[in-house]
Amino acid sequence: MRYPDVLRFARDAAAGYPLRTGLSVLAMAIGVAAVVVLTALGDGARRYVVDQFSALGSNLVIVLPGRSATGGFSPANALTTTPRDLTIDDAFSLGRLPLVRRVAPLAAGTSEISAMGRLREVVVAGTAAPYIDIRSFRMAQGRFLPEADWNRGAPVAVIGSKIQEEIFGNRPAVGELIRLGDRRLRVVGVLKSVGQGLGMNTDEVVFVPVSLAQSMFNTNTLFRILIEARSRDEIEAVKAEVLAALKARHGGEEDVTVITQDAVLATFDKLLRALTAAVAGIAAISLAVAGILVMNVMLVAVTQRTGEIGLLKALGARGTTIRNAFMAEAAMLSLVGALTGYGLGLFGAFVLRQMYPVFPAYPPDWAVIAALGTALGTGLLFGIMPARRAARLDPVQALMKH
Amino acid sequence: MSVIQLVGIERVFHLGDSSVHALDHLDVAIEPGEYVAIMGPSGSGKSTLLNLLGLLDRPNVGSYRLEGRDVTTLSPDEQAEVRSRRIGFVFQSFHLVPRLTAAENIALPMMLAGIPGAERDSRVERALKDFGLDQRSDHRPDQLSGGQRQRVAIARATIMQPAVLLADEPTGNLDRATGEDVINLLEALNAKGMTLIIVTHDQKLGARARRQLEMEDGRLKHDSARDGARPVA
Repeated sequence: MRYPDVLRFARDAAAGYPLRTGLSVLAMAIGVAAVVVLTALGDGARRYVVDQFSALGSNLVIVLPGRSATGGFSPANALTTTPRDLTIDDAFSLGRLPLVRRVAPLAAGTSEISAMGRLREVVVAGTAAPYIDIRSFRMAQGRFLPEADWNRGAPVAVIGSKIQEEIFGNRPAVGELIRLGDRRLRVVGVLKSVGQGLGMNTDEVVFVPVSLAQSMFNTNTLFRILIEARSRDEIEAVKAEVLAALKARHGGEEDVTVITQDAVLATFDKLLRALTAAVAGIAAISLAVAGILVMNVMLVAVTQRTGEIGLLKALGARGTTIRNAFMAEAAMLSLVGALTGYGLGLFGAFVLRQMYPVFPAYPPDWAVIAALGTALGTGLLFGIMPARRAARLDPVQALMKH
Repeated sequence: MSVIQLVGIERVFHLGDSSVHALDHLDVAIEPGEYVAIMGPSGSGKSTLLNLLGLLDRPNVGSYRLEGRDVTTLSPDEQAEVRSRRIGFVFQSFHLVPRLTAAENIALPMMLAGIPGAERDSRVERALKDFGLDQRSDHRPDQLSGGQRQRVAIARATIMQPAVLLADEPTGNLDRATGEDVINLLEALNAKGMTLIIVTHDQKLGARARRQLEMEDGRLKHDSARDGARPVA
């Protein structure tokens, strides 16, 4: 029997029982659609997080005060006293390291801003001029904090776009005086809207010189030191350099944690990839169920068409021909189901993207290939048994059942 | 040379502990172009004999030569090839594939044999005309009368130009008049030289054949070709 004939014969056989064929196609379609939509969700979450972190700026190395707790308990941790704080001088000294391009200190707290008769709570970030370049922010109006001695901050402020909107509305903010806590500051610039980043919404932050922020919050410690390496390849070297420099400054004690954006990103990436794979695995169970359903349908088909199988044998069909015909039918059910499910899944992902535009819900290629492959694989695998049963039927017995 | 030669055929079925000799020491030779009726009550072994002749079943003992070739020792695939090319079946209940049209049913043996579509179409067209079915080619079996169904089945059985046509109670599901038509059709094929073997328990139908083989308890009770011969004891 020629292969086109096998396919046509299988197609006609499947079309001859529309309800049964429809149901098994539907089961397969739901399985594949589940994989596609769920992996689109998982991978969408991963991309969302990765995008957010990438927005932090490139080649970023971040210094946190205190030892990282992720190393687990160690006797050294227990014996050391309170870690030394990060200071402005620490940050400034890092700027002299050869592999470091830029350094910005970061002190943070919350306060109230009032101007134009309006009042609201804001996050106050104390930093310095290089900050804007490290974070790759853009100015909407005016300019960022001026280059100046970090220990002597001028009474100026840069506000986020949302604050500008809420306090000043359509009027220009640059040059206006605001009250921030107990300080009177002049607005020198407004940032362009950037959205989420580093756990705070930059649009709702007021930036002031670092020393000003420290005196406002009555502290001399830094929340973070942000460092930009000269190139991506040097991030690890910068990390080691920074760690060594701070250790030397802190009397030989390694009481800071240096993290790189890559490391954070890689962790999230790994976590969310695992999550996506797990979700895909759960969805794949429905594919296996669909495969078993296809097997069931094919077994029923063999029983229903026993007389026909006997006839085909009497007409000179070989066992392999009959097996191929039934395998082709199972493959067709799976293939049509898989493609339908793929379409449904893409549509589902599209609907998700329409509902949550910030969420890049695209199914990853590997998931699509795996879903289609598993669908076809299970269909064929579970098609083998019924097809062999059909091929082995005794023609005399089969012909009597009609 | 005989088209069919059976020597010492035995076929035993095991039902639980007991074994039944469906065919017992059967020796038959059938010449090309013969018209043979296999007769006998149910359980006499005539259906078993037909299945055996059609290579749907194998004997436990004995040899079966079809056109001089020993076919009992062939592999299942080789037997399928022989069924495809040299044997045509006509069944009591027609055995048409319900989802296929008359033309597709007739083309089925050629499709299974891997004959190209163009040749299939021309041969089916000729067969439809020969069997008076050219108005019915697109009809499915449930849109055909009993007589038309059996004519489709006969067209299908002969489309590969087999050496032997095996008909199992071909008129069993038909009324008398259409049954007569079908028998006339089969006899016309025989008149053109096709070996025709009909299994029936209808005495009148069997009497029309030029040779009768009467079966009883798996043995050949009477062979009209050996008239006067004693029943095999």
